[in-house]
Amino acid sequence: MAERLLDLLLAELPDAVVEVGSYLGDEIALVHRDRVRDVLTLLRDHESSKMDMLVDLTVVDYLGQSPRFEVVYHLRSTTFGHRLRVKAGVPEDDPTIASVADLWKSANWSEREAWDLYGVRFEGHPDLRRILMYGAFEGHPLRKDYPQNARQPLVRRPDAPPTDELTTRLRLHSHDRRVE
Amino acid sequence: MSLDSTGTVTPYSPSDELAGTIPLPPSLAAYADEPERLPTDEVIVNMGPSHPAMHGTVRIVARLDGELIKDADVQVGYLHRGFEKECEAATYTQIFPYVDRLNYVSAMLNNVGYAMAVEKLLGITDRIPERAEYIRVIVGELSRISDHLTCIVASLAELGGLTTFFWGNRAREHVWELLEDVSGARLTYSYCRIGGVAWDLTPDFADKARVKLTKIADYVADVRKLVERNRIFLDRMEGVGVISKEDAISYGFTGPCLRACGVAYDVRKDHPYSVYDHFDFDVPIAHGGDNLARYLVRIEEIYQSMSIIEQALAQIPPGPIIMDDPAIALPAKREVYNTIEGMIAHFKHIMEGIRVPPGEAYSYTEAANGELGFFIVSDGTGRPYKCRCRPPCFYITSALRDMILGANVADVVPIFGSINMIGGECDR
Repeated sequence: MAERLLDLLLAELPDAVVEVGSYLGDEIALVHRDRVRDVLTLLRDHESSKMDMLVDLTVVDYLGQSPRFEVVYHLRSTTFGHRLRVKAGVPEDDPTIASVADLWKSANWSEREAWDLYGVRFEGHPDLRRILMYGAFEGHPLRKDYPQNARQPLVRRPDAPPTDELTTRLRLHSHDRRVE
Repeated sequence: MSLDSTGTVTPYSPSDELAGTIPLPPSLAAYADEPERLPTDEVIVNMGPSHPAMHGTVRIVARLDGELIKDADVQVGYLHRGFEKECEAATYTQIFPYVDRLNYVSAMLNNVGYAMAVEKLLGITDRIPERAEYIRVIVGELSRISDHLTCIVASLAELGGLTTFFWGNRAREHVWELLEDVSGARLTYSYCRIGGVAWDLTPDFADKARVKLTKIADYVADVRKLVERNRIFLDRMEGVGVISKEDAISYGFTGPCLRACGVAYDVRKDHPYSVYDHFDFDVPIAHGGDNLARYLVRIEEIYQSMSIIEQALAQIPPGPIIMDDPAIALPAKREVYNTIEGMIAHFKHIMEGIRVPPGEAYSYTEAANGELGFFIVSDGTGRPYKCRCRPPCFYITSALRDMILGANVADVVPIFGSINMIGGECDR
């Protein structure tokens, strides 16, 4: 079933595909970064593929290789039940790729997560904010050059009361002498 | 709900019944147009991240017009622990305790899902002992029962049905006692191993399980009797939190929430793994896409899981419970203490981890909330280069905004309860 998908890709968009293959029973297509939207739109809309579900979107950081990042899309069709993994390389000096948040609604949060943790920007995303980390966090923690044991300073919430008021409140409500 | 002469069923709607039927008393006639005359402001209300009615740590910033939710921003991430980053520094075996803490209500299913992903990458999927596969199915389905029970009775408790909460938790207690017998732990089991499971079932497990399953069925029947014909329950659940089939698919819904929209997708049926093709079970679906549909699907799945467990207990073959391969499974303690080969194999296994050939694999199983996927990239060492978990409830929670828009504030709680967002899994 899925081999037909790869044939479809090669027939319809031969110039967008870098290579296709199969590994451990998973069908994989590596495509050019600037054609990823064409490929995914074709896979979603073509009547013999109908991949209406973007199961997962993630990034792999191959530090030291070129291109450094690889954006990985896992697609599934609820009509036919077939699956496909689409990958696109993203270089380190320009970590951007087109957003597919308008093709599948699930891409909205997963692209936010990919931006948050890997720093790959999704061009055209309606609301590219951090999602798992907090706004003042610096860097992208799942990049391979981000140390596992790195610490970042505690940040104050923008709506938190000033320090002196907070201390007074804590002193009033605390039986713990160490607060004073 | 009402039936007309042609036999067509009209869904019950409290607003239809009340509209125009209650006239204002004469003394209040002057205030009849009050809603149009009075200036009203919108209010921003902040629910969570730590809120008694939010059983995950999630924050909802809602813009309200009266009781109506005009806009909402759902913020997750308060339980983010860096699961993937920790996994990249741990050996393949050390990751089991981490996956326990993803969906901590059904930790066995995470164990099984992760073990199967590594086994796919190792190419040993068809070499797992059959008894181990059956044990995985049994403990996994027990976990599924516990997860569905928790979801149902916790949301019922939030609707005021505290009795059902206690009954459901007693039923869950039976599940946990069984799993405690098997694994020694009640919540975070770390029971699976790559290539099998850690311990065999206890000799009296099958008898105990049969007794306990009947008790659980009694409790579930009691809970159903209390709520399913209850007007309050039906009003809060029917037609609330509706999501269309197309939206659900586009949002990446899987599991009970997708089946409640009428899509019969179950990984156990559509892409059978382990020994699920040996059992006769149904995939229940409902068509409303609302809270009630999700409740009904979960109730029916509890019965299906019980049936699977009974079939598995009847069919389970004797034999080893873990592969006999020193490169994958730990040697027996007897070997470790008494032979130099066993000692070395144990040392290499603990210090370096299982050597997984370079490559990548995406493996997916049906967890309690839907498709739990693990995308593992290996560079040939004993630790994963990347270990991505595809959490089912992250995608379901991403649709929460659409589901609560236009609802009342009070509806947020049952809607949020019925999608069963588990913070540990959503935020990882």
